[in-house]
Amino acid sequence: MTFISRGFQRRQAPAASSDRLPPGQYVTRDFPVLSAGPTPRIGLDEWRFEIIGQVDRPRGWSWQELTALPAEEVTVDIHCVTKWSKLDTSWRGVSLDTVLDGVETAADQVMAHSYGGYTTNLPLEDITGGRAWIAYEYDGEPLAAEHGGPARLLVPHLYFWKSAKWVRALELRDTDEPGFWEGYGYHNYGDPWREQRYSGD
Amino acid sequence: MARAAVLRRLTWAIAEVTDRIDETPRVRSLTFDVPGWPGHLPGQHIDVRLTAEDGYQAQRSYSISTPADGARVTITVERLEDGEVSTYLTDILELGDRIELRGPIGGYFVWEPSRGGPLGLIGGGSGVAPLMAMLRARVAADCDVPVRMLCSWRTAEDVIYADELAAIARDANEVSITHTLTRSAPDGWSGRRGRLDQEALSQLAWPSELEPLTCVCGPTGFVEAVAAALVELGHGPHRILTERFGPTGG
Amino acid sequence: MTDETHVDGNALGGLLMEVFGHEMTDARGCCDSCGTVNQVGAMLVYRGPGDVMRCPACANVVIVAVTLHERTRLHLSSLRWLEPAPR
Repeated sequence: MTFISRGFQRRQAPAASSDRLPPGQYVTRDFPVLSAGPTPRIGLDEWRFEIIGQVDRPRGWSWQELTALPAEEVTVDIHCVTKWSKLDTSWRGVSLDTVLDGVETAADQVMAHSYGGYTTNLPLEDITGGRAWIAYEYDGEPLAAEHGGPARLLVPHLYFWKSAKWVRALELRDTDEPGFWEGYGYHNYGDPWREQRYSGD
Repeated sequence: MARAAVLRRLTWAIAEVTDRIDETPRVRSLTFDVPGWPGHLPGQHIDVRLTAEDGYQAQRSYSISTPADGARVTITVERLEDGEVSTYLTDILELGDRIELRGPIGGYFVWEPSRGGPLGLIGGGSGVAPLMAMLRARVAADCDVPVRMLCSWRTAEDVIYADELAAIARDANEVSITHTLTRSAPDGWSGRRGRLDQEALSQLAWPSELEPLTCVCGPTGFVEAVAAALVELGHGPHRILTERFGPTGG
Repeated sequence: MTDETHVDGNALGGLLMEVFGHEMTDARGCCDSCGTVNQVGAMLVYRGPGDVMRCPACANVVIVAVTLHERTRLHLSSLRWLEPAPR
């Protein structure tokens, strides 16, 4: 029999409409910092973002070049596999559709690579069609290093470990390989609406 | 007793709150009576687990701030504004309430009089809690291990165990305690001001030639800075034990 | 600038006791990447969905602990050896 702590309740923002919350999630007011390693510190003058792998030719952008691309303000809900969700988070960034515009590829898989060595894998179709961004502002401010700044991948329809912090390259591939957390037992795809937290779910 | 403290299998126990002391407006010490407690070593911690009626659970670790005393276990909790567990422990938990915990845990960040010295204890904010267990054990043992304790606080209102530390500094042989305030100091403050940087540590910490054992505890940034400075001053890294509380200090 | 997001091996004390059945923070571990030996309590721990323990000398990932559906799994990724303390 589980012991219940008298008077204990989870900290939760006032009830959000349940159709916005995937199964097993709760809404949080703060923005927890989770990481797998030290926060990389990359100067904007050395920062680069690249599209590499099975493409007609690799592309790369300096900070000035990336932030000069047409950008969007987006407001999205984000869902962490550790069960917190944050609703109506606002970001500014470049759509992956813009970044991939003109890139010719037969690949259908992507491995995202981050400064510091983190990786995560996604199907190419999940970062296109207006579903993913390279985000460099959060809540109207430059993205803080602890939250992935200068820029992170933002893929809100999947669990947030797929939104790689400190992203530096997207490698297009025709074979799927697990990234960091996927290799340690987390789900290969990670759809919060089907509660795909761990492999086999 | 000490050997049993590291051999026993770890299981969750239900303990009763038997004492509460308000150390400062934001910090409270809670004493639990834990059935079957095997005793513990200074520096060890417990895991506390809270379960809501809907099954939601939260778990945190807290250092034990007293030396072994039968079935009594005391932790010192700083109330964090957004803290899910700390606010429960400081605002809701009452005498007679029960709580789930397990321990004792830890074999690395421990000190007992038999380990000798000289002993350095360097704490930032609530990081002083496990160091207090070590200091209280040293005083109770009345042994000849010399101790230099350095405590860093933001303001005078943040000083935990102020009266007890003053009494120990006054009465115990070979124990010196220095407080420093980093944010603001009241008029008439006789302690130090400013951070425990390398300059301050070169004056206040044990000289490295004496090969002291130094225990450093507090927020991660504080521990990193102090440990790095001690290494710069010639202390061997293996003579510096650290317990980092993370960015929020626990 | 110092990275402030990590804690140390002490933070996994309870989890390691669950897995190994006895205290492990004073066990010594050898990093398979750089060969440095440290007590588990002195290793760096980053908390994410799982807990990533890294060598304090070279930052290489030494152990990864994940809890999947109530079961705890320990990946001894880059640990050349582990030696519990004598009792």
